[in-house]
Amino acid sequence: MAEITIDGVRKLFGDSVALESVTLHIPDGEFLALLGPSGCGKTTLLRIIAGLETQTSGRVLIGGKDMSDLPPRKRGLAMVFQNYAVFPHMTVWDNVAFGLRMAGADKARVTAQVEKAAALLHIEPYLKRHPGQLSGGQRQRVAVARALAVDPAVLLMDEPLSNLDALLRLEMRAELKAVLQQAGTTTVYVTHDQTEAMGLADRMAVLYAGRIVQMDSPAEIYRAPATRFVGGFVGSPPMNFLELPVTAGHVTAGALSFPAPGDASRIVMGIRGEDIEIADDAGMPFEVRVVEPMGSHTLLTGTMLGQQMRVVAASDLRPRPGEILQLSPRADRIVWMNATTGLAMETTLK
Amino acid sequence: MRGIRVIPYLLIAPAVLFLLVLFVVPLVQTMALAFQSDGGWNFGNFSRMANDINFNDAVTDTFEIVVIAVPLQLALALGMAMMLRHVQRGRDIVLWIWSIPLGISDLAAGLVWLAILNDRGFLNSLLFRVGLISSPQSYLTYETPIALLAAIVIAELWRATAIVLVIIVAGVQLVPKEYAEAADVFGATPWQRFIRITLPLLKPSIQTALILRTVLAFEMFAMVLSLGGRNFPVLVSEAFNWEYAQQDYGVAAAYAVVVMLVSLAATLVYLGALRSPPDAR
Amino acid sequence: MRKTLFLSGIGVLCAWTLVPLYLIALGAVGGSALVDSWPKPFWPTSLSMRTLIDFMHIDGVWSATLSSVEAAVLCMAFSILLGVPAGYALARFRFHGGTAFRLMILLTRAFPVAILALPLTVGFIRLGLYDTALGVSLIHTALALPFAVLVSASLFQAVPREFEEAAWVFGCSRLRAFRHVVLPLVLPGIAATSIFAFVISWNEVFAASVLTVRHKTLTAYLLSVLSESPLQVQFAGGFVLIIPSVLFIFLVRKHLFAMWGIANR
Repeated sequence: MAEITIDGVRKLFGDSVALESVTLHIPDGEFLALLGPSGCGKTTLLRIIAGLETQTSGRVLIGGKDMSDLPPRKRGLAMVFQNYAVFPHMTVWDNVAFGLRMAGADKARVTAQVEKAAALLHIEPYLKRHPGQLSGGQRQRVAVARALAVDPAVLLMDEPLSNLDALLRLEMRAELKAVLQQAGTTTVYVTHDQTEAMGLADRMAVLYAGRIVQMDSPAEIYRAPATRFVGGFVGSPPMNFLELPVTAGHVTAGALSFPAPGDASRIVMGIRGEDIEIADDAGMPFEVRVVEPMGSHTLLTGTMLGQQMRVVAASDLRPRPGEILQLSPRADRIVWMNATTGLAMETTLK
Repeated sequence: MRGIRVIPYLLIAPAVLFLLVLFVVPLVQTMALAFQSDGGWNFGNFSRMANDINFNDAVTDTFEIVVIAVPLQLALALGMAMMLRHVQRGRDIVLWIWSIPLGISDLAAGLVWLAILNDRGFLNSLLFRVGLISSPQSYLTYETPIALLAAIVIAELWRATAIVLVIIVAGVQLVPKEYAEAADVFGATPWQRFIRITLPLLKPSIQTALILRTVLAFEMFAMVLSLGGRNFPVLVSEAFNWEYAQQDYGVAAAYAVVVMLVSLAATLVYLGALRSPPDAR
Repeated sequence: MRKTLFLSGIGVLCAWTLVPLYLIALGAVGGSALVDSWPKPFWPTSLSMRTLIDFMHIDGVWSATLSSVEAAVLCMAFSILLGVPAGYALARFRFHGGTAFRLMILLTRAFPVAILALPLTVGFIRLGLYDTALGVSLIHTALALPFAVLVSASLFQAVPREFEEAAWVFGCSRLRAFRHVVLPLVLPGIAATSIFAFVISWNEVFAASVLTVRHKTLTAYLLSVLSESPLQVQFAGGFVLIIPSVLFIFLVRKHLFAMWGIANR
């Protein structure tokens, strides 16, 4: 069984805290994405699972066994590195076979596994070549093939697509998903790109400043972010946040009024650009500043009540800069957040 | 990975031990040798050294060479490095040819130029054949100190410019072409580009090259001996003489200490004069 | 017009480097008549190894050459054995001794050879190392070691840490990872460094002269007979000194700039 349990793992580099006591459980076969901005600790956590870094305290268990004293080679994992780390002095074939050979597998098994992995990643034509003769995308496939060839219990990936150009990244993402779904390996995938995480993961753990801020399925995180940070980080364009005053349990924005949870005097309305409709009658007045026709939609940037907002409108709508539009947010999509802590508030309005 | 604490120390231990025994210890011993004479700690060796007839000549000769040769080498190396930038095809071959002297010992270089500058050497042969002279001219004798100095400078130039060149070329490769191109767009002439942009960016390499070259220049020995013999004493050849011929280790050590102090002083001067502010890199 | 000026400048500088080498080769293999003639020709009268062979037969020359080779090979071996592990430590680990060690290495550059050789004569006599190729090689190693350490360090730094980490993940211990992944990539650079150590030893004059009496190296021998030796000896001796050096520099030319440029940072 290749489930992973992280139990109270904490990591200090000198005096600075990279990870603040992280605890999570990854069931066998799940694809978990570790998502967050640079410096949030996601790569550190991955490297601790791999055994490339030692945690300051806490335990890592793979398949129920405590890995804390074991070096990477004894943990039954495989890893795909950000810069691929494909060995330049060996052929592609030797690269893919590396893990198997080091484990002492016999020739027959090595050949079978290498050919299988090569077929999965479509690198059969390059098997005799050296990495120096391959493009970045091809080398990336070699790195993935090398990882899959050893039939690992756990697969770790450290931003494997970030060095590819946009189009290639899109293609590889789909291929990766297909291959990994077929293999069914427990996967931990680090990325700072939220579209990547959303597309690939069964569950996402959003990290910030060494802590897991929210861990759930991508759809759930998108719909109900736990904090302002998560709402702003996941989804493109980012979620809008409007700080509004509360009077007698109600929030008034333009001509609209909403019942507000909690008893603070100010509250933050979180609403995504695509969940706002353009109303014919009075709503929230929105002054258009910039109009960006994106093809599938029009992105409007402007101000509402002095605060910046982005609205995703239909592609045939082309207001002029300076025009005032009346907006009406969908009430069931509003995420109310505490103005001081940024935490989403429990609401009975749904 | 675990066990990290001990490994690096184990790895450097042999090298550290070796350098302690074969470098630090002799260093201390030389200092001791230099400052001890007639059973006590004094400057006896130093005064014997200073009163020797060759001392003044040794000092002046050494400094003459350093002051003349080193700047010339720097200028020549800079010029060669700049020329190299404009060579496309065959650049590797030219660079290789120009760095051949790196592998040549100063003794061998001395012998090479001895063959050229000897009384019946190749230079005189050439001059004789084209009719400029009627009989062999001497360049390396006691009576022709200027010619001798020039000969040594030329030989040093031939041998050691490569050392400066290689360091400068390595530094030039780190200077992005964009800076010079930007200057070009803003109307700078090649000379201005060189003085204002390239040169300041090369400061760290120039500093390194100068330190290395100057220290090596103060240590000059075999080249001078082959071309000048006893006619051109320098600090290290005097040290050698006192040790080998006179068997006086004390004075030899005194000379060694002088060379060391002069080298250190020069290094400090270069470090101070050519310091670039950290963010200017 | 400017281009011709430029190209001729390059040509002159190349000639300036090569002509003196040609001349000493001329004297060494251009026939014995050439050596004593006046004015000297610039073309060989005949090609003969006579001068060189006679040189080699002179009493003491052959053993001196062997001594030089022995010292240089030992220097090469010691520098690599001591320097490469130290270079790896500097490249891969951040540890307290690291900066101190690096400083020590750089300081050795500022001190002249003379400093070391003088007191070592006494020590070597006591240890029975005086007048041996081994003793000379030890001093030469002290000269070449800093270079070997710094160059190895930069060679290892050029191998991304990720390579070793990948090897660890895919089943290697530290040592195995080094053997399979790091070593193949740095081997050319290390070979070049060892050749450079050989050349440093082969060329060194002062320490070799101070530390040997009857078992001189070639450089020490040539220095000692400098004033009385006939031209043949000078030509042949210079030639024999130069040939291995030039040959070796040719062999390492690709690594020359990486090595020399980096080692002086």
